[in-house]
Amino acid sequence: MKIELSSEQKIIKDQFKEFTDKEIIPYAKQNDYEETVSKELICKVAEKGYLGSMIPKEYGGMGLDMVSIGILNEEIGRGCSSVRSLLTVHGMVALAILRWGDKKKRDYWLPKMAKGEVIGAFALTEPEVGSDAKSVKTNALLENNQYVLNGTKKWTTMGQIADIFLVFAQCDGKPTAFLVERSTPGFSIQPIKGLLGARASMIAELKFEDCHVPEDSIIGTVGTGLTHVALSSLDYGRYTIACGCVGLGQACLEASIRYSRKRKQFGAPLRQNQLIQKMITEMFVDIKAARLLCYNAGYLKDVGDPDSIMETWNAKYFASKIVNKISSDTVQIHGANGCCSDYPVERYFRDARINEIIEGTTQMHEVLIATNAFRNY
Amino acid sequence: MEEIKGKIKVFLSRFFRKHELGDDENIFELGFVNSLFAMQLIMFLEKEFSIRVENKDMDLNNFKTINSTVSFIESKMNLVEAK
Repeated sequence: MKIELSSEQKIIKDQFKEFTDKEIIPYAKQNDYEETVSKELICKVAEKGYLGSMIPKEYGGMGLDMVSIGILNEEIGRGCSSVRSLLTVHGMVALAILRWGDKKKRDYWLPKMAKGEVIGAFALTEPEVGSDAKSVKTNALLENNQYVLNGTKKWTTMGQIADIFLVFAQCDGKPTAFLVERSTPGFSIQPIKGLLGARASMIAELKFEDCHVPEDSIIGTVGTGLTHVALSSLDYGRYTIACGCVGLGQACLEASIRYSRKRKQFGAPLRQNQLIQKMITEMFVDIKAARLLCYNAGYLKDVGDPDSIMETWNAKYFASKIVNKISSDTVQIHGANGCCSDYPVERYFRDARINEIIEGTTQMHEVLIATNAFRNY
Repeated sequence: MEEIKGKIKVFLSRFFRKHELGDDENIFELGFVNSLFAMQLIMFLEKEFSIRVENKDMDLNNFKTINSTVSFIESKMNLVEAK
């Protein structure tokens, strides 16, 4: 057994780190405050090819292996959770088209998505339907070679700016995935503001009112929208979120170490206080453990192992839980300064909270992981 | 055929530990598998037998029993060889 990044992965990690330090971190506070990621920043991400990180080279993407994709999401997540969320949802749509779309759709959309000319968004959740995804109420009715969509989607990340949407609807009572263009008549988008964390994720509510889409808009087949299309996209989403949590945890750790060195109380730096050392130790070890879970999940994805799916659940469960503890301890170490936007750690704390809800709540993870454990032993 | 069947049985045994699965028993009607199983099964088949499960293959009848899965794999492998 060898647990080590390849030399290529080490090089690319340095490149991701440099980009995050130079282009993401200086704007993260502004993104959070303005609840938007600027077009300029998205262009910079696109210019680096990162929006095509998960798309094969034959379509103009970077064709990265899954471990490298994990590293990218870790580094970007270290800088700004909202920019990381862009990579996540865009990739979820691109991979659905790649895996379940026909050749025409792959050839048309993937080169545009790889360049960032087209942004994708994933529309599963509804006002009344969250974890119980099979019960989506959005409906698709076949009429004269077109599907007519009716329903509402909510909390769609990047919905405010996306050009294409992977929309899940009941087709004769069977969950089915549709690719819907932003400009389709009968489709309207309402921005949602005032989020707790990842505030620049440009979340939206989507309304479909007699929205006609071509019959060949289906991704996959009628009835496989959830079991195959959504679940494989959510698997990628979970993986990149887990990696983003590792990055966010790393940002917390580095902020805590910097502050503990500088801040003096009772005539000595905080770092000399053993209760502070305990918090730093827990952060340090938890981040390493979460990173290893992510690398393991990424490796299993690269070799096509079916266990990669459960290992991704494990990684996302652990990483999203520890980053909440870590960000809370980071605020604690910073004291009153941690409760003020003069320091980034209050943002880290708010951003961390979102991760235990998206792409499967912690409780849904516990149900699945426990079921798997009982099955195996 | 027996080699393919053997590999599929080993994979499925992870999900049916307390049940001896018959070759023609409907996997999906037994209630042992959840929605993740379908994805895991496809990943397994694609990796183990170097095939790609296409949209047109997404028929539950292809995967509902051990024997139907073996037939499906054989037809896919024959297609690959024919090319």
